[in-house]
Amino acid sequence: MKTMTFNSRISSRVQRNWDWRAAGNFIGGGVGSGLILWSALMSPLGYDSLPMMLIGLALVGTGLFCVWLEIGRPWRALNVFKHFSTSWMSREAWVAPLLFIVGAITWFFEPLLVWPTALLALLFLYSQSRILQADKGIPAWRHPRCAQLVVITGLTEGCGLLLLLLPLVDESQPWSWVVLFVLLGLRLVAWQRYRDGLTQACAPLGSQKCLESIHKKFLLIGHLLPALLLLVALLIPPVAIVAGILATVSGAWMKYILICKAAFNQGFDLQHLPVRGQP
Amino acid sequence: MTRYAMAVDLRRCVGCQTCTAACKQKNGTPPGVQWRRVLDIETGEFPDVRRSFMPVACMHCDEPACEEVCPTTATKKRDDGLVSIDYDLCIGCANCVMACPYEARSIVHKAEFAYGDKPMAHEAQSFDPARVNVSTKCTFCIDRIDLAEETGLTPGVDHQVTPACVNSCVSGAMVFGDIEDPDSEISKLLKENKSFRQNEELGTGPGVYYIWDKADEDNDL
Repeated sequence: MKTMTFNSRISSRVQRNWDWRAAGNFIGGGVGSGLILWSALMSPLGYDSLPMMLIGLALVGTGLFCVWLEIGRPWRALNVFKHFSTSWMSREAWVAPLLFIVGAITWFFEPLLVWPTALLALLFLYSQSRILQADKGIPAWRHPRCAQLVVITGLTEGCGLLLLLLPLVDESQPWSWVVLFVLLGLRLVAWQRYRDGLTQACAPLGSQKCLESIHKKFLLIGHLLPALLLLVALLIPPVAIVAGILATVSGAWMKYILICKAAFNQGFDLQHLPVRGQP
Repeated sequence: MTRYAMAVDLRRCVGCQTCTAACKQKNGTPPGVQWRRVLDIETGEFPDVRRSFMPVACMHCDEPACEEVCPTTATKKRDDGLVSIDYDLCIGCANCVMACPYEARSIVHKAEFAYGDKPMAHEAQSFDPARVNVSTKCTFCIDRIDLAEETGLTPGVDHQVTPACVNSCVSGAMVFGDIEDPDSEISKLLKENKSFRQNEELGTGPGVYYIWDKADEDNDL
């Protein structure tokens, strides 16, 4: 009897449990922690990073509030701290209060603590990326390059928001334009490598098609246009603000698609057809 | 050490969905939620086409991805291999739903019954409000397995302590038992036949084996 082995995934469909509220956590957490990190790193340029840190914390908090709205039993939310040993969601939950506490001490008492706050923000972002990587049921998330993309996107979004906010507290900072320019390049590389990785790993076609459907817009509006605007900003500085907005909004949009639309589950695989005619 | 597992003989499964119905009846799952279901798979190209059936549910893995990601420790792997959920700890974050490569888990956000808000008698009997807004899945009829401890009966042999799906299977395609016991029916069946497990490459060590052919003469599996 002839047997067949084939790789077509059976019953792979997009997940329906995490919606905009879960995406909101990854967006708020990414933008917020990216903003905290870059505002601290670039503060030696001579501006006050504390207002930025406060906005970053507010964004992280908003993201967590979104996910609190999503969970089925919100009044038991404190149980989330119970599995630090293996769960990245638990680890994210542990990092969050530390981030807020150190952030509050920085704001009220000791501005120099902005550095540990930035480190905690980076840890928070990393934890978020590992939450997705640990989700084995979603091939588009568990790919290691997805975690890289999430981290780089968070950093890019945060830097984009910094460009938008800097004129409110200080003069424009051309160095921040350079950083965003480099980050846009890195995000583009990460995006391309991620999509190539999904193809190599034979991720569900639904995921690949969904990401392909946003590729052109993400490339043009999320990368090429803001990069061009950053060059124009050398002549007309306020244009950098638009570049920042585009870099931030496009990253958030991509993450929304990644979480809510491109998250096809693993599906099943009938590795061998049952042999007929046996008792 | 006991390790309960299930074997599904794909050569025998006729896709009747009796196991699906039996599970629903036993566990009172709400509309749209099937802890166990049977996939109807068509393969090949006309005129050389085949139709196969594959029952799927929680695989009660050796290394459950759901347990690793669960932030609350609600999901636990027991010593006997069963993966359980503590409904009083679960916060319904759905992280385990995303982590499970077997689409085994569901979350419903309000009490629903076959005919709307009002349960039929058997639904009212099996309705458990603790299962609303938390993650649920096949338990291998854990209450029956626990009953085996008290009664001395053997899961997979005595129907009182055997999962409902296995009891109901009209073709005898589903077999349940302790794979650590070399004399159990499941151990013998796996020894005498070729089998595979779902998505093994992910390293989860699923506890459900799919039998598809008899073993080679030299018993080299």
